Amino acid sequence: MRMELIQPFINAADAVFAESLQGPTKIMDLSMDEDTYRRKGVAALITIKGEIEGRVILDLSPDVAVKVASQLAGTEMEASEQLVRETVCELANMVIGNSVTLLNDAGFRFKVFPPEVHMDQAGLTGSVDTEALVICIETPCGEIYLNIAMHYLRRRRQERDTAHALD
Amino acid sequence: MKQFAALLRKDNRPVRYLVVDDSVFARKNLIKMIEMFGGEVAGEAGDGLTAIAEYGRSKPDIVLMDITMPQMEGIEAVERIVRQHADARIVMVSSVGYQENILAALQKGAKHFVQKPVKPEVLYEILRYVLSDDPNATGVPVALAGESRS
Repeated sequence: MRMELIQPFINAADAVFAESLQGPTKIMDLSMDEDTYRRKGVAALITIKGEIEGRVILDLSPDVAVKVASQLAGTEMEASEQLVRETVCELANMVIGNSVTLLNDAGFRFKVFPPEVHMDQAGLTGSVDTEALVICIETPCGEIYLNIAMHYLRRRRQERDTAHALD
Repeated sequence: MKQFAALLRKDNRPVRYLVVDDSVFARKNLIKMIEMFGGEVAGEAGDGLTAIAEYGRSKPDIVLMDITMPQMEGIEAVERIVRQHADARIVMVSSVGYQENILAALQKGAKHFVQKPVKPEVLYEILRYVLSDDPNATGVPVALAGESRS
Protein backbone atom coordinates (compact mmCIF):
# COMPACT_ATOMS: atom_id res chain seq x y z
CA MET A 1 0.00 0.00 0.00
CA ARG A 2 1.60 3.25 -1.14
CA MET A 3 0.29 5.96 1.11
CA GLU A 4 2.01 8.69 -0.93
CA LEU A 5 -0.24 7.66 -3.84
CA ILE A 6 -3.36 7.40 -1.70
CA GLN A 7 -2.98 10.53 0.41
CA PRO A 8 -3.74 12.91 -2.50
CA PHE A 9 -7.12 11.19 -2.96
CA ILE A 10 -7.95 11.48 0.75
CA ASN A 11 -6.90 15.14 0.81
CA ALA A 12 -8.86 15.90 -2.36
CA ALA A 13 -11.98 14.10 -1.08
CA ASP A 14 -11.83 15.96 2.21
CA ALA A 15 -11.40 19.33 0.48
CA VAL A 16 -14.03 18.67 -2.22
CA PHE A 17 -16.67 17.41 0.25
CA ALA A 18 -16.06 20.25 2.70
CA GLU A 19 -16.16 22.90 -0.03
CA SER A 20 -19.03 21.60 -2.13
CA LEU A 21 -21.22 20.39 0.74
CA GLN A 22 -20.52 23.49 2.83
CA GLY A 23 -19.78 21.79 6.12
CA PRO A 24 -17.29 19.82 8.18
CA THR A 25 -16.19 16.34 7.17
CA LYS A 26 -14.75 13.59 9.34
CA ILE A 27 -13.00 10.32 8.55
CA MET A 28 -15.13 7.80 10.44
CA ASP A 29 -13.51 4.53 9.51
CA LEU A 30 -10.40 3.31 7.74
CA SER A 31 -9.71 -0.31 6.82
CA MET A 32 -7.79 -2.54 4.41
CA ASP A 33 -9.68 -4.66 1.93
CA GLU A 34 -8.35 -7.37 -0.41
CA ASP A 35 -11.67 -8.94 -1.40
CA THR A 36 -14.17 -8.06 -4.09
CA TYR A 37 -15.61 -4.72 -3.16
CA ARG A 38 -19.19 -4.84 -1.92
CA ARG A 39 -21.00 -1.62 -2.64
CA LYS A 40 -22.87 0.26 0.06
CA GLY A 41 -24.99 2.12 -2.50
CA VAL A 42 -24.26 3.49 -5.96
CA ALA A 43 -20.59 3.37 -6.94
CA ALA A 44 -18.47 5.18 -9.51
CA LEU A 45 -15.32 3.30 -10.48
CA ILE A 46 -12.45 5.24 -12.00
CA THR A 47 -9.47 3.46 -13.52
CA ILE A 48 -6.01 5.02 -13.68
CA LYS A 49 -3.27 3.74 -16.01
CA GLY A 50 0.26 4.96 -16.58
CA GLU A 51 3.33 5.42 -14.40
CA ILE A 52 1.00 4.82 -11.48
CA GLU A 53 -1.98 2.51 -11.79
CA GLY A 54 -5.01 1.49 -9.87
CA ARG A 55 -8.59 2.40 -9.31
CA VAL A 56 -10.75 4.52 -7.06
CA ILE A 57 -14.34 3.71 -6.14
CA LEU A 58 -16.61 6.39 -4.74
CA ASP A 59 -19.71 4.93 -3.15
CA LEU A 60 -22.78 6.46 -1.52
CA SER A 61 -26.41 5.59 -0.93
CA PRO A 62 -29.06 6.98 -3.32
CA ASP A 63 -30.53 9.03 -0.42
CA VAL A 64 -27.17 10.65 0.25
CA ALA A 65 -26.71 11.27 -3.50
CA VAL A 66 -30.00 13.20 -3.68
CA LYS A 67 -29.00 15.28 -0.62
CA VAL A 68 -25.62 16.00 -2.25
CA ALA A 69 -27.30 17.00 -5.54
CA SER A 70 -29.69 19.33 -3.70
CA GLN A 71 -26.81 20.90 -1.79
CA LEU A 72 -24.74 21.38 -4.95
CA ALA A 73 -27.66 22.81 -6.91
CA GLY A 74 -28.75 25.05 -4.03
CA THR A 75 -32.32 23.82 -4.42
CA GLU A 76 -34.29 20.68 -3.60
CA MET A 77 -33.75 18.08 -6.35
CA GLU A 78 -36.26 15.39 -7.19
CA ALA A 79 -34.90 11.86 -6.68
CA SER A 80 -34.34 9.82 -9.84
CA GLU A 81 -31.91 7.19 -11.07
CA GLN A 82 -30.49 9.71 -13.55
CA LEU A 83 -29.87 12.26 -10.80
CA VAL A 84 -28.17 9.65 -8.60
CA ARG A 85 -25.91 8.57 -11.49
CA GLU A 86 -25.04 12.18 -12.32
CA THR A 87 -24.30 13.02 -8.71
CA VAL A 88 -22.01 10.05 -8.13
CA CYS A 89 -20.15 10.82 -11.38
CA GLU A 90 -19.85 14.54 -10.65
CA LEU A 91 -18.59 13.92 -7.13
CA ALA A 92 -16.13 11.26 -8.35
CA ASN A 93 -14.90 13.59 -11.11
CA MET A 94 -14.32 16.39 -8.63
CA VAL A 95 -12.38 14.16 -6.22
CA ILE A 96 -10.35 12.54 -9.00
CA GLY A 97 -9.79 15.85 -10.81
CA ASN A 98 -8.39 17.47 -7.70
CA SER A 99 -6.21 14.49 -6.74
CA VAL A 100 -4.95 14.11 -10.32
CA THR A 101 -3.82 17.72 -10.18
CA LEU A 102 -1.80 16.94 -7.04
CA LEU A 103 -0.31 13.77 -8.55
CA ASN A 104 0.47 15.51 -11.86
CA ASP A 105 2.21 18.29 -9.97
CA ALA A 106 4.29 15.57 -8.24
CA GLY A 107 5.51 14.53 -11.71
CA PHE A 108 3.44 11.38 -12.40
CA ARG A 109 2.03 10.86 -15.88
CA PHE A 110 -1.04 8.70 -16.33
CA LYS A 111 -4.44 8.49 -17.97
CA VAL A 112 -7.70 8.69 -16.06
CA PHE A 113 -10.65 6.83 -17.57
CA PRO A 114 -14.19 8.23 -17.25
CA PRO A 115 -16.21 6.97 -14.27
CA GLU A 116 -18.22 3.77 -14.67
CA VAL A 117 -21.35 3.81 -12.55
CA HIS A 118 -22.39 0.57 -10.85
CA MET A 119 -25.93 0.28 -9.56
CA ASP A 120 -26.53 -3.46 -9.96
CA GLN A 121 -26.36 -6.05 -7.20
CA ALA A 122 -23.01 -7.58 -8.18
CA GLY A 123 -19.84 -6.67 -6.32
CA LEU A 124 -17.00 -4.94 -8.12
CA THR A 125 -14.48 -7.52 -9.23
CA GLY A 126 -10.98 -7.07 -7.88
CA SER A 127 -7.65 -7.96 -9.45
CA VAL A 128 -4.34 -9.26 -8.13
CA ASP A 129 -3.34 -5.71 -7.25
CA THR A 130 -6.48 -4.60 -5.50
CA GLU A 131 -5.22 -4.37 -1.95
CA ALA A 132 -7.30 -1.35 -1.17
CA LEU A 133 -7.80 1.23 1.50
CA VAL A 134 -11.47 1.77 2.36
CA ILE A 135 -12.38 5.08 3.94
CA CYS A 136 -15.74 6.17 5.28
CA ILE A 137 -16.13 9.95 5.35
CA GLU A 138 -18.95 11.56 7.29
CA THR A 139 -20.26 14.63 5.45
CA PRO A 140 -23.17 17.00 6.14
CA CYS A 141 -25.23 14.92 3.66
CA GLY A 142 -24.29 11.49 5.07
CA GLU A 143 -21.59 8.86 4.69
CA ILE A 144 -19.49 8.62 1.53
CA TYR A 145 -17.09 5.72 0.99
CA LEU A 146 -13.83 5.73 -0.92
CA ASN A 147 -12.03 2.54 -1.90
CA ILE A 148 -8.55 3.28 -3.24
CA ALA A 149 -6.02 0.86 -4.71
CA MET A 150 -2.92 2.43 -6.29
CA HIS A 151 0.58 1.23 -7.08
CA TYR A 152 3.67 2.17 -9.08
CA LEU A 153 3.77 0.37 -12.39
CA ARG A 154 7.58 0.23 -12.63
CA ARG A 155 8.07 -0.92 -9.06
CA ARG A 156 5.57 -3.76 -9.51
CA ARG A 157 7.31 -4.89 -12.68
CA GLN A 158 10.67 -4.84 -10.96
CA GLU A 159 9.28 -6.80 -8.00
CA ARG A 160 7.85 -9.44 -10.32
CA ASP A 161 11.09 -9.68 -12.31
CA THR A 162 13.09 -10.10 -9.09
CA ALA A 163 10.71 -12.80 -7.87
CA HIS A 164 11.06 -14.73 -11.16
CA ALA A 165 14.87 -14.44 -11.00
CA LEU A 166 14.85 -15.98 -7.51
CA ASP A 167 12.65 -18.95 -8.59
CA MET B 1 -23.87 34.27 2.34
CA LYS B 2 -21.10 36.45 0.95
CA GLN B 3 -22.28 39.42 -1.11
CA PHE B 4 -20.61 40.45 -4.34
CA ALA B 5 -20.72 43.78 -6.09
CA ALA B 6 -22.57 43.31 -9.37
CA LEU B 7 -20.48 42.74 -12.47
CA LEU B 8 -22.13 44.77 -15.24
CA ARG B 9 -21.56 45.52 -18.89
CA LYS B 10 -20.44 49.00 -19.96
CA ASP B 11 -24.02 49.80 -20.89
CA ASN B 12 -24.94 49.01 -17.26
CA ARG B 13 -26.92 45.96 -18.24
CA PRO B 14 -26.32 42.57 -16.58
CA VAL B 15 -23.59 40.37 -18.02
CA ARG B 16 -25.22 37.50 -19.96
CA TYR B 17 -23.85 33.98 -19.47
CA LEU B 18 -24.13 30.72 -21.38
CA VAL B 19 -23.74 27.81 -18.95
CA VAL B 20 -22.49 24.53 -20.46
CA ASP B 21 -22.31 21.38 -18.34
CA ASP B 22 -23.80 17.90 -18.76
CA SER B 23 -24.80 17.82 -15.10
CA VAL B 24 -28.08 19.60 -14.38
CA PHE B 25 -27.18 20.42 -10.80
CA ALA B 26 -23.70 21.64 -11.77
CA ARG B 27 -25.47 24.10 -14.10
CA LYS B 28 -27.85 25.11 -11.31
CA ASN B 29 -24.87 25.68 -9.02
CA LEU B 30 -23.21 27.98 -11.58
CA ILE B 31 -26.48 29.81 -12.24
CA LYS B 32 -26.83 30.45 -8.50
CA MET B 33 -23.38 32.10 -8.55
CA ILE B 34 -24.17 34.09 -11.70
CA GLU B 35 -27.22 35.51 -9.94
CA MET B 36 -25.05 36.35 -6.91
CA PHE B 37 -22.81 38.35 -9.28
CA GLY B 38 -25.78 40.25 -10.74
CA GLY B 39 -25.64 38.36 -14.04
CA GLU B 40 -28.28 36.92 -16.31
CA VAL B 41 -28.50 33.45 -17.87
CA ALA B 42 -28.58 33.75 -21.67
CA GLY B 43 -28.76 30.01 -22.21
CA GLU B 44 -27.86 26.53 -21.03
CA ALA B 45 -26.41 23.50 -22.79
CA GLY B 46 -25.60 19.95 -21.74
CA ASP B 47 -23.01 19.18 -24.41
CA GLY B 48 -20.57 20.89 -26.78
CA LEU B 49 -22.74 20.64 -29.90
CA THR B 50 -25.72 22.28 -28.22
CA ALA B 51 -23.37 24.91 -26.79
CA ILE B 52 -22.28 25.95 -30.29
CA ALA B 53 -25.90 26.36 -31.40
CA GLU B 54 -26.84 28.16 -28.17
CA TYR B 55 -23.91 30.55 -28.57
CA GLY B 56 -25.11 31.55 -32.03
CA ARG B 57 -28.66 32.02 -30.77
CA SER B 58 -28.02 33.84 -27.49
CA LYS B 59 -24.73 35.72 -28.15
CA PRO B 60 -23.66 35.69 -24.50
CA ASP B 61 -20.98 37.91 -22.98
CA ILE B 62 -19.36 34.97 -21.21
CA VAL B 63 -19.49 31.18 -21.62
CA LEU B 64 -18.85 28.90 -18.64
CA MET B 65 -17.81 25.60 -20.24
CA ASP B 66 -17.29 22.15 -18.73
CA ILE B 67 -14.64 19.93 -20.37
CA THR B 68 -15.89 16.36 -20.12
CA MET B 69 -19.28 16.09 -21.80
CA PRO B 70 -21.11 13.66 -24.11
CA GLN B 71 -21.30 14.14 -27.91
CA MET B 72 -18.70 16.90 -28.04
CA GLU B 73 -16.23 17.78 -25.32
CA GLY B 74 -15.71 21.31 -24.09
CA ILE B 75 -12.30 21.89 -25.64
CA GLU B 76 -13.55 21.07 -29.16
CA ALA B 77 -16.61 23.26 -28.60
CA VAL B 78 -14.30 26.14 -27.57
CA GLU B 79 -12.31 25.76 -30.77
CA ARG B 80 -15.43 25.80 -32.94
CA ILE B 81 -17.06 28.71 -31.13
CA VAL B 82 -13.89 30.82 -31.27
CA ARG B 83 -13.44 29.97 -34.96
CA GLN B 84 -16.89 31.42 -35.68
CA HIS B 85 -16.84 34.19 -33.05
CA ALA B 86 -13.30 35.45 -32.49
CA ASP B 87 -14.45 37.71 -29.65
CA ALA B 88 -16.00 34.86 -27.62
CA ARG B 89 -15.07 34.87 -23.94
CA ILE B 90 -15.01 31.36 -22.60
CA VAL B 91 -14.04 30.26 -19.09
CA MET B 92 -13.46 26.54 -18.63
CA VAL B 93 -15.05 25.06 -15.51
CA SER B 94 -13.91 21.52 -14.87
CA SER B 95 -12.91 19.06 -12.20
CA VAL B 96 -10.08 17.83 -14.42
CA GLY B 97 -7.44 20.38 -13.58
CA TYR B 98 -4.24 18.96 -15.02
CA GLN B 99 -1.93 21.04 -17.11
CA GLU B 100 -2.49 19.38 -20.50
CA ASN B 101 -6.21 20.13 -20.36
CA ILE B 102 -5.75 23.71 -19.23
CA LEU B 103 -3.13 24.36 -21.92
CA ALA B 104 -5.25 22.71 -24.62
CA ALA B 105 -8.27 24.83 -23.67
CA LEU B 106 -6.23 28.05 -23.61
CA GLN B 107 -4.60 27.19 -26.95
CA LYS B 108 -8.04 26.70 -28.50
CA GLY B 109 -9.10 30.15 -27.32
CA ALA B 110 -10.47 29.83 -23.78
CA LYS B 111 -9.70 32.87 -21.63
CA HIS B 112 -9.36 31.20 -18.24
CA PHE B 113 -9.86 28.05 -16.20
CA VAL B 114 -11.53 27.36 -12.87
CA GLN B 115 -11.48 24.02 -11.10
CA LYS B 116 -14.54 22.35 -9.55
CA PRO B 117 -15.80 22.56 -6.90
CA VAL B 118 -16.11 26.21 -7.87
CA LYS B 119 -15.59 28.74 -5.09
CA PRO B 120 -17.76 31.81 -5.76
CA GLU B 121 -14.98 34.22 -4.80
CA VAL B 122 -12.54 32.52 -7.23
CA LEU B 123 -15.04 32.56 -10.11
CA TYR B 124 -15.89 36.18 -9.36
CA GLU B 125 -12.26 37.28 -9.63
CA ILE B 126 -11.79 35.32 -12.86
CA LEU B 127 -14.92 36.86 -14.38
CA ARG B 128 -13.77 40.31 -13.33
CA TYR B 129 -10.45 39.69 -15.06
CA VAL B 130 -12.00 38.26 -18.22
CA LEU B 131 -14.59 41.03 -18.43
CA SER B 132 -11.93 43.69 -18.03
CA ASP B 133 -10.81 42.69 -21.52
CA ASP B 134 -14.36 42.97 -22.86
CA PRO B 135 -15.23 46.21 -24.67
CA ASN B 136 -18.84 45.84 -23.48
CA ALA B 137 -17.99 45.42 -19.81
CA THR B 138 -16.87 47.82 -17.15
CA GLY B 139 -14.34 45.35 -15.75
CA VAL B 140 -14.91 47.04 -12.43
CA PRO B 141 -17.83 45.87 -10.33
CA VAL B 142 -20.67 48.25 -9.77
CA ALA B 143 -21.47 48.66 -6.09
CA LEU B 144 -24.55 46.95 -4.72
CA ALA B 145 -27.40 49.25 -3.82
CA GLY B 146 -26.66 50.81 -0.45
CA GLU B 147 -23.03 49.65 -0.45
CA SER B 148 -20.50 52.39 0.07
CA ARG B 149 -17.51 52.54 -2.22
CA SER B 150 -14.29 54.30 -1.47
